[in-house]
Amino acid sequence: MALYRDAAIVLRAQKLGEADRIVTLLTRQHGKVRAVAKGVRRTRSRFGARLEPFMIVDVMLYEGRSLDTVTQAETLAPYGDPIARDYVSYTAATAMLETAERLTEEREPAMQQFLLLAGGLSALAGGDHEAGLVLDSFLLRSLAVAGWAPSFHDCARCGAPGPQRAFNLASGGTVCPSCRTPGSALPALATLELLAALLVGDWDVADQSLPQHRREGSGLVTAFLQWHLERGVRSLRLVERV
Amino acid sequence: MYEGVVQDLIDELGRLPGVGPKSAQRIAFHLLQADSLDVTRLVSALVEVKEKVRFCIVCGNVAEAEQCRICSDPRRDLTYICVVEEPKDVVAVERTREFRGRYHVLGGAISPIEGVGPDDLRIKELLTRLADGAVTEVIVATDPNLEGEATATYLARLLRPLDLKVTRLASGLPVGGDLEYADEVTLGRAFEGRRVLDV
Ligand SMILES: [Zn+2]
Ligand SMILES: [Zn+2]
Repeated sequence: MALYRDAAIVLRAQKLGEADRIVTLLTRQHGKVRAVAKGVRRTRSRFGARLEPFMIVDVMLYEGRSLDTVTQAETLAPYGDPIARDYVSYTAATAMLETAERLTEEREPAMQQFLLLAGGLSALAGGDHEAGLVLDSFLLRSLAVAGWAPSFHDCARCGAPGPQRAFNLASGGTVCPSCRTPGSALPALATLELLAALLVGDWDVADQSLPQHRREGSGLVTAFLQWHLERGVRSLRLVERV
Repeated sequence: MYEGVVQDLIDELGRLPGVGPKSAQRIAFHLLQADSLDVTRLVSALVEVKEKVRFCIVCGNVAEAEQCRICSDPRRDLTYICVVEEPKDVVAVERTREFRGRYHVLGGAISPIEGVGPDDLRIKELLTRLADGAVTEVIVATDPNLEGEATATYLARLLRPLDLKVTRLASGLPVGGDLEYADEVTLGRAFEGRRVLDV
């Protein structure tokens, strides 16, 4: 059994027995890892606070058959505290963690997802942009990394150049009049522009968007995500939008 | 897999918190080999606890009557409410002898990833208790971990329009731990040094 070191984002922390915790980590090099952290709920534990969701840590792990064991953890970025002090950010950040957990596999390297999530948490903790926008941008980009990049301009089916107006979940985004099927939505053009900006991280455009387009956009992003993930992301239900 | 009833027992034990499949099996075989009087005592303790113990209609703490021992004690100060996650946290705070008010047990902390939102906790009941204006300070003593902090943030925002003070136990409680593991002295100090929560 090997000892290895990696940078990791804590996705989930579950109680185990009297004082231990099982943490789900998204590591930079080793993909998603589930590990036991012993004694962390005892108040004298040195690394309990470091193994809370949203924290980015430098961890030393001892490889086990099903679960690894955390032997050391040092904080790289303490995002937990600033995020927990803002309830809107907290709900957005939780939905990000759950989505990352769903879009990655155990022990399958997913560095792009790691970097996206680290960037998203940093933006929330720093209050760089409105929390709902950070969340939607993260969701779109992590779906794109997973191979489900939606189209917000050209036709997603035949490639007919846009701007196309109709949006269809099953087709993967905007569709042209000839590819359009029943059940397509007709969002505002500005909403599609906002979503396209969030997908590439064009914050100048995104920050200037209007509330009604943000609302419409987040509805489409949520529907798109739930369409691609079988059981859906349950924390999305509890996200507070301003 | 084992024969019918043995496997049923293992499955039932495995549903208990903190009991994995291996421990469930170990407990099941311990019970199989145990003296039948011991097992009978365990069974009646289980039955009795479900029959006699209920939850206080005021605060949500465990109670043997309609109201718990604390809520029905006339010497408790009605102007303070200490909000905790679980009944075991009431025990932890009581041990400090620092607090003379009453409690409100939420039944957990807000944890969207586990599907637990504000509506799943006893938050509406808290608002109802605060409606008559008798309470002047709400002390949020949720666990000093991420979910506990986020729950405190939510409560502070929710209670802001009300005319009362919302405070949080002083940091100094080790972050990431469970409230119940804090020793009396540390917890007592955290009570004395509580700070006003502003959001
Ligand atoms: Zn087309
Ligand atoms: Zn009571």
